[in-house]
Amino acid sequence: MLTARNISVTLGHAQVLAHVDFTARAGQLTAIVGPNGSGKTTLLRALTGDVDYSGTVLLNGTDTQGQRPWQLAAQRAVLPQATTMAFPFTVIEVVRIGLTNGTAATHDSRAMQALRRVGLAHYANRFYQELSGGEQQRVQLARVLCQVWAPVEDGAPRWLLLDEPVASLDIGHQLEVMEIARGFARSGGGVVAVMHDLNLTALYADEVAMLAGGRLLAHGTPADVLTDATLSDAYGCALRVNTAPQAGHTFILPHAANLMTENWSAS
Amino acid sequence: MTAISDLDTPRDRLHAARAAHLWLALLLVVVSLASLAWGASGTSLWAALAKLARGEPLTQLEAVILWDIRAPRLALGICVGASLAVSGAVMQGLFRNPLADPGLVGVSAGAGLGAIIAIVLGAALPVWLVEITGNALVPVAAFMGGWASTMVLYRVATRGGRTSVATMLLAGIALGALAGAVSGVLVYIADDSQLRDLTFWGLGSLAGATWAKTLVAAPLIALSLGAAMTLGDGLNGLAMGEATAHHIGIPVQRMKNIAILTVAGATGAAVAVSGGIGFIGIVVPHLLRLATGPDHRTLLINSALLGASLLLVADVISRTIIAPAELPIGIVTAVLGAPVFLWILLRRRTMMEL
Ligand SMILES: Nc1ncnc2c1ncn2[C@@H]1O[C@H](COP(=O)(O)OP(=O)(O)OP(=O)(O)O)[C@@H](O)[C@H]1O
Ligand SMILES: [Mg+2]
Repeated sequence: MLTARNISVTLGHAQVLAHVDFTARAGQLTAIVGPNGSGKTTLLRALTGDVDYSGTVLLNGTDTQGQRPWQLAAQRAVLPQATTMAFPFTVIEVVRIGLTNGTAATHDSRAMQALRRVGLAHYANRFYQELSGGEQQRVQLARVLCQVWAPVEDGAPRWLLLDEPVASLDIGHQLEVMEIARGFARSGGGVVAVMHDLNLTALYADEVAMLAGGRLLAHGTPADVLTDATLSDAYGCALRVNTAPQAGHTFILPHAANLMTENWSAS
Repeated sequence: MTAISDLDTPRDRLHAARAAHLWLALLLVVVSLASLAWGASGTSLWAALAKLARGEPLTQLEAVILWDIRAPRLALGICVGASLAVSGAVMQGLFRNPLADPGLVGVSAGAGLGAIIAIVLGAALPVWLVEITGNALVPVAAFMGGWASTMVLYRVATRGGRTSVATMLLAGIALGALAGAVSGVLVYIADDSQLRDLTFWGLGSLAGATWAKTLVAAPLIALSLGAAMTLGDGLNGLAMGEATAHHIGIPVQRMKNIAILTVAGATGAAVAVSGGIGFIGIVVPHLLRLATGPDHRTLLINSALLGASLLLVADVISRTIIAPAELPIGIVTAVLGAPVFLWILLRRRTMMEL
């Protein structure tokens, strides 16, 4: 379990997060959604200890603040929104850096396996800097997967924290990456993903936390959180949820917004 | 996906880099022998070695030239070359930029200022302090100067974990100018014998090498280089930025502190004994990155080996090209290094984030 209690973050003079409670369970994919600047990335950075915060973050029951970097790295891996490399590393070398914390020598083939998983095995020898943004993001995902290879280790779940993992991907790879994330969760690991795509969120998330203006607006199942009222409140525009005919999943159709705009502005 | 499919198993630059340890060590041995053998005087190492092999004693002249002149110069050259190259590699990793170099960004200037202060103001120190510090005063002062300037540089040029190249180079110019100005003032108040020391030192040369000098610089250099060799994983992680380095388990702050102390120690000691020798720190890591990739776990060791070899070659050139006179070695390294530096600039113009 990954629990954050009463998290407040002040950056510069602005309070970016105010008293946010957040819980993610192992075995589930928990999405953090909300408009630009609502504090999603900041919440993730508080969970990873990259930013000073007040409140507590418990990772598998232990406060993260007292732990050493390598202890945390053994339990969770973090995918940033984008990563630039300073030197001309090849793709396979980047992925291998994910093995730094573990027993690298014994798991060297893991790097290739991880690349295969994100569909980039044939790029192993290319230079990372020469890949497209979406390809780079998938290479980083492979690196992150290498770091926490087994979703459960010694009975304790491991965690993937992903900041907009699919933002720069085409629809096919969006689905591929979300499948990987869900697979990790289904095998007992925990996944926390910052998401902008509400439809993918509805499709893949088990839990959704909705932020707006640095506060937690709602936390629950997609069906509970992704409602007309909450969405319209959070994003400041009229949105209407719907359900797909077959699977019964929620989907949000921006086209429908036009129909509602008049009602919305009237109310 | 339309990309050309490569081999399924990755071409392994890591193996090549590990193999290079051996080749570069061999190269260093060969260059060392050559450096012992060649020199202004007609003494030939080969003849001397042959004599030793036959059990004949060396003439006194041969013994003095080999043991008291060329051997300490060789040892000092290895120390200085390895220091400069490793300092360059560490700084480039720390600043995430292939143009960072102790000579270019003012660390050497800071170390030089420390050394000048020690030479000029050392006379004013209480006698007991001079006795305690002895020969170590100049290297230690150079270390302090290098450390202070590296710290200032890092503070100025790095914001939120990102280093601006422009700021780094400009801050380096400012630091260099400041150090130059203060040095100028000190030169005014220096007496004649100090002035001779300063001039000699400022030329950038291994010519003054003695065993005493070598034995003072070597421990600081060995310590710094030893510490630098532990930075491989950390610098690899840092290539992806500080946050990601932390995420993969690297104690970033501690790692950066070690890196800064390492650069200060190695550069400080090297500058104290040899003056300002430029470009080794840029050229060596750059060539190695081209050949075997940027993985710092192997890059640091290979930099030490190739840096030592390259400096010895430059030294041989400097003392034979206009023999019996000697060209300052800084000139030789600049002639070899400046074109490489410009080449890096031209090639990377688009990625420089200037
Ligand atoms: N270093 C900083 N200093 C001051 N304010 C900051 C800093 N970083 C972020 N903020 C502010 O904090 C707020 C939340 O930022 P955050 O990056 O968490 O948003 P986000 O929800 O991830 O947005 P996006 O969807 O655009 O990624 C924003 O208003 C931003 O301007
Ligand atoms: Mg964000």
